[in-house]
Amino acid sequence: MDLALVVGLHLMHAIASLALVSIGLAVIFGMLRVINFAHGEFLMVGGYAFVLSAGAGVNLWLAMLVIAPAAVGMLGYLVERLVIRRLQGDVIATILATWGLSLFLVGLAATVLGYHQQGVAPPFGTIEIGSYTIGIYTFFVIGITVVVILALFAWLRWSRAGLLVRGTMQDGELAAGLGADTVRIRSATFVLGSALSGLAGAVLAPLAGVLPEIGATYVVKAFITVISGGATALTGTTLAAALFGLTSQAAAFLSRPVVGEVALLVVAVVLLRVLPTGITGRYFRKAL
Amino acid sequence: MLPCYHLTRAACRIGGVARPGALQPHIDLCPAFSTGDFVTLLTRRTFLEGLAASAALPGLGTRSAHASEPIPVGAIYDLSGPLQGFGQNQWRCAKLALDQINESGGLLGRPLDVKLYDSQSDMQFYNQFANQLALRDRVAVVQGGLTSSSREVIRPILRRLETLYVYNTNYEGGVCDRNFFATGATPGIYVDLLLRAAAERWGKRVYVLAADYNYGQISAQWIRRGALALGGEVVGEEFFPLDVNQFGATISRIQAVEPDVVLNVFVGPAHEAFYGQWASAGMNQRIPMMSTTFGGTSEIVRMPPEVVNGIMVIGSYYESLDYPFNQTWLAEFRRRNGTDYGYLTDVPIKDWYGWMLWAEGVRQAGTTDREAVVAALEAGISVDGPGGPLTIDARTHHCFMNTHLAEARDGEFRILERYQNVPPTNPADQCDLQARPDTNTMYTPDI
Repeated sequence: MDLALVVGLHLMHAIASLALVSIGLAVIFGMLRVINFAHGEFLMVGGYAFVLSAGAGVNLWLAMLVIAPAAVGMLGYLVERLVIRRLQGDVIATILATWGLSLFLVGLAATVLGYHQQGVAPPFGTIEIGSYTIGIYTFFVIGITVVVILALFAWLRWSRAGLLVRGTMQDGELAAGLGADTVRIRSATFVLGSALSGLAGAVLAPLAGVLPEIGATYVVKAFITVISGGATALTGTTLAAALFGLTSQAAAFLSRPVVGEVALLVVAVVLLRVLPTGITGRYFRKAL
Repeated sequence: MLPCYHLTRAACRIGGVARPGALQPHIDLCPAFSTGDFVTLLTRRTFLEGLAASAALPGLGTRSAHASEPIPVGAIYDLSGPLQGFGQNQWRCAKLALDQINESGGLLGRPLDVKLYDSQSDMQFYNQFANQLALRDRVAVVQGGLTSSSREVIRPILRRLETLYVYNTNYEGGVCDRNFFATGATPGIYVDLLLRAAAERWGKRVYVLAADYNYGQISAQWIRRGALALGGEVVGEEFFPLDVNQFGATISRIQAVEPDVVLNVFVGPAHEAFYGQWASAGMNQRIPMMSTTFGGTSEIVRMPPEVVNGIMVIGSYYESLDYPFNQTWLAEFRRRNGTDYGYLTDVPIKDWYGWMLWAEGVRQAGTTDREAVVAALEAGISVDGPGGPLTIDARTHHCFMNTHLAEARDGEFRILERYQNVPPTNPADQCDLQARPDTNTMYTPDI
């Protein structure tokens, strides 16, 4: 019984981490259709912003929930202004440019920030469930993921800005014709996606550590999740994260970690074979 | 190898310059060409130069050492890319050795001219640069490489091209090749000493977590063997692909099994995530953790003490060792490199030893000739260094070294025990290069 509860919590944590890692990409790739190969590095920069400011004595939560998203948001603004906007519509050029950006950010982090920044230990203590212990920070990760997804959903669904964003994504020309400043809206959406990536990088930093090349660990899974999610980015990504997190962790628990990795890929391949346009290509089409 | 006659000499020394000053008659050996080299060869100018050189000095070879002519030596390190966390410090240590050799007058009165290549953590470049070093730069020795895959890319190339190779990283052990020397430690020894220390302190039920490739797999074999020999038991064993960074399921399984000790062989940035998750679940206060790999990339500086304090490790070098040699060595290292290099353990430090050992071999041999240097090294050369003396074992071409049990404590490794001159693992004398010098194989533990 205790074991079932603990395993359940670990499953939820795996799902939440996957969703958190993918949510910024869901906005940038799922909504804007910008293939951002530097997504993993955005997470890495968020992690560094958190670790460095926390190391400089800034309040832990301020560093995690404000500084890291703001820093990566600013990075996103620059990238959108200097690169993405100029290449809009040219998929290959965007892939190459963001791939180059990814290499650049890894190199920059390695030379400027290096490998010797002290990380941050997971805050809070542990709770006991029978003979098992589990970190309270695990609950925090699950909680913050739920909050982020709900807030994003509410904002898209009920705010005027969310309506403008949805309109621009659905039909940019029509939105422009109705007086919406689509260039600015796209830019703001990119910044939002970047900031969410920064937040994810910071939240996961105490559990995953921060290194210049840590982005590579995340980027593939994030893309698989968002692509499998399908056209309606937010709902799709959440559902896909739930499916993949569940299968990979359950397989890893029942068998071995390598089987967990394989299970994730197998499920993704089968899913895209059956539903080539992703989960929300067929189901939940009216969702967000 | 083909005999290389004087007419084609200029061509086979790609980019080289014939030296008319050298007068000893001498037929040299010419390495096999690659197609690209022939393109160079057949430009008219090179060809004519070759003719001219041979016309000027009929029948005379040109390869002989001027007293002050530099000795070319080759180095390949992962200076960029995912492995640079290792490679940068490896090169810093190697550079210190090379500089010290040159500042003290070089070898045999000749300075060392190091040809350094950055592999970019890419195996393909290892292949290319090993060929370049042997064929174009014609170096006397190649040192470097980190991963076992990089070693296995360049080792056969250098063996075939008759260029000595010294590999300075801890690895899974077992390579038996006369053209190859290893200064790193092998897991057999580390694992035995760790398991013995665990048995004295906590018990013999071991849970093993290892990277899912040959280094982790073979280390796990050694652990099984070592545990059995001690009358202990491996109660759990898990292998992780290098990009796995979710350990929740594993941690609950360890909680269910309640081993006396967890022994990990983690490799790479993703696996570092384990320590934070382990500490977050409070496990670092409950079950002791040992590692054969922790510390190799300055984790001790990067990770908060409350996460890693108490992790027990084993290695031939830690900065906190109290040998007098270490104090002066570290001061010199810091004078040249500043203090922002992280924390040195036995992986980078062996690149200093590797160059010093080879240099000593050349001094003893009185030449950089490969056969003579190998023979000199096999005589059992020993060099003193920051981690104590390192002595070559002629039979395996691996080394005797001091080994230390240590514990992570507040950003440092505190030394707990010292084992003097620990021999390399070589169960049942599998490898004996004295008796069977033609061996070229890689042994794995027989279990």
